[in-house]
Amino acid sequence: MKQIVILSGKGGTGKTTVSSAFAKLLQDKITIDCDVDAANLYLLLKPQSRNQFEYFGGKKASINPELCTQCGLCESVCRFDALHNYVIDPLSCEGCGFCYRVCPDDAIEFTETKSGNYFECNLIDDSKFYYAKLLPGEGNSGKLVSEIKKSALTNVGENIKWVIVDGPPGIGCPVNASLSGADFVVIVTEPTQSGIHDLKRLIELLKTFSIKCGIVINKYDLNEKQTLQITAYAGKENIPVLGYLPFDKDYIEAIKANKTIVEYSSKAAKDIENIWSKVEFFMDISKN
Amino acid sequence: MTISVASGKGGTGKTTVAASLASVIPQSVYIDCDVEEPNGHLMLQPKFTLEESVNKLLPEIDYNKCDFCGKCIEVCEFNALINLKFEILLFAEMCHSCGACEYFCPQNAITEIPKELGKLRSGITENGIKFYDGLLNIGEATAVPLIRKVKAKIDNEKINIIDSPPGTSCSMVETVKNSDFCLLVTESTPFGLNDLKLAIDVVKNINVPFGVVINKYDETFEEMENYLTENQIEVMLRIPFDRKIAEAYSNGILPVNNSDKIRREFIGLIATIKKKIKSNVTQMTQKKQIFAD
Ligand code: SF4
Ligand code: SF4
Ligand code: SF4
Ligand code: SF4
Repeated sequence: MKQIVILSGKGGTGKTTVSSAFAKLLQDKITIDCDVDAANLYLLLKPQSRNQFEYFGGKKASINPELCTQCGLCESVCRFDALHNYVIDPLSCEGCGFCYRVCPDDAIEFTETKSGNYFECNLIDDSKFYYAKLLPGEGNSGKLVSEIKKSALTNVGENIKWVIVDGPPGIGCPVNASLSGADFVVIVTEPTQSGIHDLKRLIELLKTFSIKCGIVINKYDLNEKQTLQITAYAGKENIPVLGYLPFDKDYIEAIKANKTIVEYSSKAAKDIENIWSKVEFFMDISKN
Repeated sequence: MTISVASGKGGTGKTTVAASLASVIPQSVYIDCDVEEPNGHLMLQPKFTLEESVNKLLPEIDYNKCDFCGKCIEVCEFNALINLKFEILLFAEMCHSCGACEYFCPQNAITEIPKELGKLRSGITENGIKFYDGLLNIGEATAVPLIRKVKAKIDNEKINIIDSPPGTSCSMVETVKNSDFCLLVTESTPFGLNDLKLAIDVVKNINVPFGVVINKYDETFEEMENYLTENQIEVMLRIPFDRKIAEAYSNGILPVNNSDKIRREFIGLIATIKKKIKSNVTQMTQKKQIFAD
């Protein structure tokens, strides 16, 4: 079983388009959407059925005004600006429990709170698909990413060859969590200044994990000069460019029709198949 | 006055909108809180004049005092410490710098040592925009403390434009809360709509007045139009899908510097937002007065 994580650094470069295309193309796979802040993959993969599970991401504190003697100690220790006038703002509370432990009158409750849901689904080809939704404004998305991956990977059957992971944007905690156990990372970037900027930061991060990766340049013909620059940078870093996808209305039209690009356009399907065969190729090379 | 620019989904053109707004307001302050991927500087091209370290505090244990009682492990809610009996091991990336371990250690064996979390950069652009951004160090898990430091640069005498991290997580909430107004940038696709709904939930929740900007606007995507009309959400600006805008963007050129029409639209947008903020403030004071009466 091999695990492929699709990342982008910057949002909106086409990460989910590529993930969904892989998911549609491959057999003997499971698919996991780790973008728990803004889960989009299910819109394209259209699960046939789903089981919902609750996610408890940590604890939160609250003050019982009947027991509180207004000594002010809790406010003085809270470092997250969550405590004002003996009231705790749940959106700011980091769940460290400091106030709860310090309160001399046991006036603070500290309890597990629900911070999201995750779903186990069946796709039309009977494969499993997992995604999650964090409640708005919740932190701890990294922990939810770990949880959803864990639950997806504990039930994997022997016949599963591929695990496709649509990763979160950015380079923070949820990205780190999505990378655990990865065999190969596909980075989807675009030839814009911010695309290149974020690509470089992401590659710095991947170096610390020593995971092999390859780059897909999406909308490559939007700015061929910058595309060349990315290609040169990739060469210097010894990272293969897996393929170039054009700036083509078909990609947006496919999303609007709630379809993966491989269902929508046979030309794009070829491009994606070529990219996938390079993924397999470079993953094998990386074994030695 | 503080206007934050956010979007549920990344890549909708949030930074372009934020930077465009800042460039049409004389003497504005631009604050980039998207500390994982700060891109505002690529569009506004400021000259950086100062770079400061922003630190987080990590516990350090003095083994001349520590008796391995395990209290620090017990109070650490984030499992950042483990007791090896000859060493208290810290997993620095899991530590939220809450300070509980230091406070509760019976032997006073813990001191908190600053460690760099990221950088806060200050600068100024050619046309006089004050520019600040945060740059999270690679591998760091918690952006919120850095965002707080960057937000501290808000200048209440001026108009501040804040570029928020994408998504709807704690970083976005930390950035947007207490703004006078929030612009939510979306695009005419099912992804854009899905994530816009999530973002609207959040801004309503934290009581920040908001309006929507649709980028890469496509009138044939009726689902979005229907949703917006049904929920009486005001669209403040529609920027049509245009390959020329995308190409200019790829070279770091703002649409307001490329098209007079778009420039005028942004000037109109800021005027509308100002009016809205004013009327909100009057409403609030009126409400307060009624309350006081
Ligand atoms: S649990 Fe921690 S963050 Fe929450 S209110 Fe108490 S001290 Fe503050
Ligand atoms: S520490 Fe306890 S008693 Fe003191 S103000 Fe806080 S909640 Fe109230
Ligand atoms: S609480 Fe203090 S004395 Fe006890 S194990 Fe921790 S550092 Fe050592
Ligand atoms: S500062 Fe807080 S999070 Fe960090 S190790 Fe100490 S108790 Fe744990």
